[in-house]
Amino acid sequence: MIEFKHVFKKYTNDIEAASDFSIKIDQGEFVYVVGPSGAGKSTFIKMMYREEKPTSGQIKINEFELDKIKGHEIPYLRRELGIVFQDFKLLPKMTVFENVAYALQVIEKQPTEIQQRVKRVLDLVGLADKADAFPNQLSGGEQQRIAIARAIANQPGIVIADEPTGNLDPDTAGGIMDILEEINQQGTTVVMATHNSGIVNQRKHRVIEIEDGHIIRDQRKGGFSKNE
Amino acid sequence: MNSLTFKRHLKESFKSLKRNGWMTAAAISAVAVTLLLVGVLLAILLNINKVASDIENDVQVRVLINRGTTKKQQQQLRQELSSLSDVKSIRYSSKKQELKNVIGSYGKEFKLFSGDDNPLNDVYVVKTKQPKQTVKVAEKAEHMKYVYTAKYGGASAKKLFHVVDSVRTWGTAIGLLLLFVAVFLISNTIRITILSRKNEIAIMRLVGATNGFIRWPFILEGAWTGLFGAILPIVIIDFGYVWLYRVLMASLASTGYQLLTPATFLLQIDLLLILIGIIIGALGSAVSMRRFLKI
Ligand SMILES: Nc1ncnc2c1ncn2[C@@H]1O[C@H](COP(=O)(O)OP(=O)(O)O)[C@@H](O)[C@H]1O
Ligand SMILES: [Mg+2]
Repeated sequence: MIEFKHVFKKYTNDIEAASDFSIKIDQGEFVYVVGPSGAGKSTFIKMMYREEKPTSGQIKINEFELDKIKGHEIPYLRRELGIVFQDFKLLPKMTVFENVAYALQVIEKQPTEIQQRVKRVLDLVGLADKADAFPNQLSGGEQQRIAIARAIANQPGIVIADEPTGNLDPDTAGGIMDILEEINQQGTTVVMATHNSGIVNQRKHRVIEIEDGHIIRDQRKGGFSKNE
Repeated sequence: MNSLTFKRHLKESFKSLKRNGWMTAAAISAVAVTLLLVGVLLAILLNINKVASDIENDVQVRVLINRGTTKKQQQQLRQELSSLSDVKSIRYSSKKQELKNVIGSYGKEFKLFSGDDNPLNDVYVVKTKQPKQTVKVAEKAEHMKYVYTAKYGGASAKKLFHVVDSVRTWGTAIGLLLLFVAVFLISNTIRITILSRKNEIAIMRLVGATNGFIRWPFILEGAWTGLFGAILPIVIIDFGYVWLYRVLMASLASTGYQLLTPATFLLQIDLLLILIGIIIGALGSAVSMRRFLKI
């Protein structure tokens, strides 16, 4: 469960990227966050995993109350979230296998279990044969699928993705969407920022639209823009 | 942290050394050069100190006994000398022996003074517990009965003490400075390798790693860098010292002064270099990482 209550975010340069965000996302929902570039989508998402701290207001992620969270608790918050970044953020000196395994090693899983789980998620994203490759040997779409594999490896209740298809061609983007919808089918909450109107209009889910730091629309099975 | 995770960190630290290829090589080389410098200078300083101490410890008081003093009176004097708190040992040298020493160092012409013509005195050679106490002991002995005169090497000894003192002070100062430079150079090298991995650290934090989990492989990596960096200097210093020891001892033999014996000295300096390498390497990593681990 994700809950924002009167959340404001003002950056040090006085730009207000979030103005009075109040929103609730239940377990198992699939939510698009749409809006033009610079609207505040990334800010909204970054506040969920505490890369950015709100100026005021309350955020609740599962049992974590982010206005009260202590520095040493943040890793534990992030373990309940699978995060997919637009720029992938894979560890460059680790193999595909090791990158995915890292998310399981931090929660001190047994090596044999890590082995199995990594294999399973790499199968799911269709890249089992690339396990020993390094990220720079893969295409952008492949790297993003690895990033998704890492995000879902420890079976988080919530997956957050900031423009996961942003740098990808339509076919590859479709493949990424298939994976996200599949884990959503299994009960995982998916929050995905995107400016890809094709995807939003084709695969209908809840849409939260942000413009200029304000939430201007929150619509069940909405389109990319208001009347679609 | 459980043992499983520690094993993982160990493995990870080695892997990272390997995968950071040239960075690792550069860091190990930098550590090696620094430690070589530290080791060589330390070896020189410690040996200078050793020889200086040898020379210093050679200083003694020669108490010349009045001619015509009886054996019993000499015994009395000896007792009086040994009652001085600073005295460590007293050796008796008869005038016959003294003449032999003179003949030994100055030549046979002095032989004509043998027998009753011997113009020398019987002597008590007094060693003190601390080299500097010779001055005081000589002064006291001078005023004792049956004493003709007491000499401690006079002005030259005083000068020697002065020289040895400044050698020690400067040696310690240089040694400390060197250690400081080593700490600075090594931790800076490690810092650069970690700076280049700022992004990696940021990513690790984002996928839910605790600071401890992130930190350990880096600390171990720093320790290995220090350890591997110590190997070459140790090899160079060990072989170099053994060789120099042989060469120098040949020319020092006649003086009776000794350099530090390789067996024990090298073990100490090797251990020291390894410790400096490991500790500074590990600490350097830990400190350099701190700012990347801030929330
Ligand atoms: N770290 C930052 N410091 C200052 N301003 C920022 C920072 N991050 C984002 N902004 C500003 O906040 C606004 C919202 O940015 P962002 O959340 O990245 O929008 P979006 O993801 O929708 O493109 C933009 O005007 C952007 O320039
Ligand atoms: Mg953005």
